[in-house]
Parts: sequence; structure tokens; C-alpha cells
Amino acid sequence: MTMLARLLRKREPIAPLEYTRRLWMRTWVGLVMFFLYAPLITLVAFSFNDSRRNIVWRGFTLEYYEKALNNASLMEALLNSLTIAALATVASVVLGALAAVMLWRFRFPFKGAAEGAMALPIVVPEICLGVAFLVFFAKIGFPTDLPWPLNLGAITIAHITFCFPFVAMVVRSRLTSFNREEEEAAKDLGATELQAFRDVLLPHMKPGLVAGALLAFTLSLDDFVITFFTSGPNTITFPVKVYSMVRFSVTPEVNAASTLLIVLTIILTTIALKIQSRMGTVSQRH
Amino acid sequence: MESWRTAKGMFAAVATVPTLWLIGFFIVPLGIVWLYSFGTNASLTEIEISGTFSNYSRALDPLYLGILWKSILVAAATTVICIVVGFPVALAIVFSSNKWKPWLLLAIMLPFWTNLLIRTYALIAVLRREGYANQSLGWLHDNLGGLLPLVGLPAPGAYEPLELLYNNFAVIFGLVYVHLPFMVLPLYAALDRLDKSLIEASLDLGAGHFRTLLAIVAPLAAPGIISGVIITFVPALGAYLTPDLLGGPDSQMIANVIERQFKRANDWPFGAALSFILMYATFIAIAFQAMKSRQAEARQ
Repeated sequence: MTMLARLLRKREPIAPLEYTRRLWMRTWVGLVMFFLYAPLITLVAFSFNDSRRNIVWRGFTLEYYEKALNNASLMEALLNSLTIAALATVASVVLGALAAVMLWRFRFPFKGAAEGAMALPIVVPEICLGVAFLVFFAKIGFPTDLPWPLNLGAITIAHITFCFPFVAMVVRSRLTSFNREEEEAAKDLGATELQAFRDVLLPHMKPGLVAGALLAFTLSLDDFVITFFTSGPNTITFPVKVYSMVRFSVTPEVNAASTLLIVLTIILTTIALKIQSRMGTVSQRH
Repeated sequence: MESWRTAKGMFAAVATVPTLWLIGFFIVPLGIVWLYSFGTNASLTEIEISGTFSNYSRALDPLYLGILWKSILVAAATTVICIVVGFPVALAIVFSSNKWKPWLLLAIMLPFWTNLLIRTYALIAVLRREGYANQSLGWLHDNLGGLLPLVGLPAPGAYEPLELLYNNFAVIFGLVYVHLPFMVLPLYAALDRLDKSLIEASLDLGAGHFRTLLAIVAPLAAPGIISGVIITFVPALGAYLTPDLLGGPDSQMIANVIERQFKRANDWPFGAALSFILMYATFIAIAFQAMKSRQAEARQ
């Protein structure tokens, strides 16, 4: 019955604005999706290919995952990346939330300049930010021989700087839906400034904070250019390590390492989106 | 919004840390680079800030001016291709059914979450001499070539792989691949807000789809198109990884030259000047966008 209904619907003439039902449009969208996904799908598929040459399919194997997971320097780089991302996320969320509250709540002199400066790390080309950190850490003589994880300090500082303006942007857009009267009511009922912030404003900000944290974590985990300029021989991150492998050759091992990073990012993003949407519905119910 | 004076303690509590961080770890590093751009190499490790403009005048040398101009052309070509490829996609998403819309948007956004380096690496595997593109073309060549004698044409020789990697084509291909979502999303946002009855009216009055697109849709969606153009153009202009991994010796862009000054040539003052030139070019593009979108808003 439903099949029949669908067949009948297909016969309906295409209305002028139903662009999506036109064949040329569908072909175009299909080709664009092929363009976007075919390289990535082949990359993932060939990480399971039982051939070093990475060209012709020779059968399924997990050998290259085993190799990648047993590659000590690759795993060390992964650990570095995750540590930096975690530290940078925590700091960016705190800094971003404070900056968002400052810009959303207060009028103050030179506010335009402060807003502009806050947006600057987002628009400045990555390469410029990268060389700025290279020069800065060389100039102040940032120690390079600290024990782990303190030696990741320079990269973490750089990551916080380009991550927290993104968090501030996300949190600020969340704050626009806050009803200031709720905070006033809390204060009228005897709450101190701090209590009102903690019990009224902070719960409202939560979905923004989670979204911002997710964004910061992914940005930090994925960053190559800025890290490339701040990392030393002992502070290799995952993308920097993959870069040196990519420069060297196209091997299934690189495919396996890349696939691991893709999967990691997708899992994290999915979890965060789930949390965010659940919090969104909860806060709407309030 | 309240004045900072009414709650000084609270204002200080939220403002101090982010402001100090931004000054200490953003303004100061950029400031040092800016100062270096007016400096000279005094010795191997020391740079003397001598107030010279020689680094900037060296950037006007035909070699570097050529690279800067080429970077602008490559970024512009990328932007134009992204519009042409992305506009129909944005249009298709706007007019798709509610069931499909979120999936199509997700499909466009998903590559965002994939590492730039990995996406570039994926393209190397596609474009290299023995890559998938050449393999597919070779397969077509070998299988369809046999049909040519049937229509009276001479049989083709052995397949000669195309040089798709390590040239300007590969750089633009890679930049389009990476930046296409940047273009589609603002275009989608702009087209979605459009009053659809205007398009219907135009079609009813006898204009074709193409004319409607140029005369009705494009002007109304102008702010979105401009922001899509800038969001694509700015990162493409400063791209480092794509020309580095996909380009050949003659497809260097400005970011590669900057990197070389800092990491290999060890000429920091000149690199600093180049990086500020790139930054000024970025700011000009953004100011242009702000001006145009204000004009477009004023017109409506």
C-alpha cells in the first residue's frame, strides 16, 4: 500500500520550486557528496587492506592497526594530543565563559575594542598566529627541558589562546536567551551576587559551556599549523606526527592512524551533541 | 546591560583573567612579530629593532610580489569554484523535505570534524600517479579504448597516467575540497531566509530559472554570498598545509614563504614583515565584507 502511494506520488508533476526533485539537481548534489566523501571512505577502507602498496584491494586485515597501536612514538603523540586538548578545553571553557559574561552583561569603556580583540584570534591566519607563538616563546625563553606533562605548556597556552574566543562566542549567543529578571528575583529573595551566578546564571549557560567545550576539544585535537610552530622534538602531537609520516610516504599504517583520529573525533562529537540536546530539552522545560 | 560601575567587584572578577590572557598571550606575541618586522638580523640569534622598512620593501621584490599575487589568484579561483559548486547544493538543501534537510546539513558539516591534515592526505592517495583517479581513468581507457576501432578510429596506445599531484591544479582542488562546507553553510543560511514567494512570482511572470537566480535570488541573498566568499577566501589565502602537501615547487603560497623564513631560512624580520602583510590583506577582506553587508542591509 505504501509502495503504491509512493509510486503515485512520484507521478506528481514537479512544482517550480521543488528544485530538490529535479534530476540535474540530484545529480549535482550526488556528485558533490561523492567528491566530499569518496577520498575519506577510500582512506578508511584501505586501512584494512592487506597490501603495503595501498592501491589494489588484497583482502581484509587489521595488521596496520596493530602496527599503528604498537608504534610507540605515534601513541606518545596521541597521548600528548589528548592531554593538551583536555587541559586547553578546561582553561578555554573558564576563560571563554568569563569573557562571554563580561561582554554580555557590562557596558564599559573601550568595549568595542575589547570585542574586536576577542574576535581577532578567530580571524588572524593560522600561520601568523603560529609564527607569533614561535617568536614569543623563543623571546621569553620558555624552558624546553621540563618533564612531561609540563613540557606541553607552550602548546597548551597557544591552544587556549585560539580556542577560548570560540567558547566565548558560543556561550555569549546562549546568554542572549537569558531572562535577567530571573537573576534579579534571586537577588531580591536574598541571594548574594555569587549565589545568583552559581544557581541561576550558570545552569542557564550549561548547554553553551558543553558546546564550547566540545568545540575547543576538537579544535585543539585537530590543530596542525599552530602546533607545528610551537612543538619541539619532545613534544610531538598526533597531527604533527601524522604530518611527518605523510611527508614520508603513503602507507596503510598512516591510513590506520588517520582512521583512529577520525573515529575519535566522531565519537566525541556525537557524545557531546547528545549531551547538548538533552540539556537543551531540560532547560526548555524549566 | 549594566554599567561596569554598578558592580565593580563582579566586573573585575569576570574581566581580569580573560583580558590579561588575551594581552599576554595574543597581543604581546603579535606585537613582538610586528616589532621584528622593522628589525634587522644583528647576529645569528639576535635581532635588532632598527625601525627599518627594508623588510617591507624586500616583500615588493618581483619574486615575493609574484607569490603574493599568485596566492590571491589561487584563493580567488578557489572561492569562485566553491560558489559555482556550492550554490546548487545550498539551494537543494533549502528546498529539500524536512526529513532530508538535517541529514544533508550533517553531510556537509561532517568533513568539518575530520582533521584537515587527514583530508589532505586522503587527496594525495586519490591524485598521485598510481592513485585512484589515475587507476579509474586507466581502467576506462583500457576498456573503452577497445571500442574505438569499431567506430573507425585508431586504437589508443597504452594509458599514460596524468600528473594530477604536485601542481597548481592539485592545490586548487585541495583548497576547494577543504573549503566547500565554509561556502555552503552561509549560502544555505541566506537562502533559507529568502521569501520564496518572490521566486515564484518571478517564475510566474515568465522569467526562466537562470534569470530568476541572477536577478532575484542573488541580490537578495547578497549578504550571505558575501560572507560565504570572505569565509572561504580568507583561510584559502593563508593556507599552509594544502600547498605544502599537494603543491609542486612552483605552487608556493604566501604562508609557505613565511614558514620558510622562520624555520629554514632563519630570516625572522623578513618573515615577520610577510606575516603582517598577510594579516593586513586579511583585515582588508574582512573590512570589505563588513562594509558590503552593511550596504546590503541598508538597501533592504
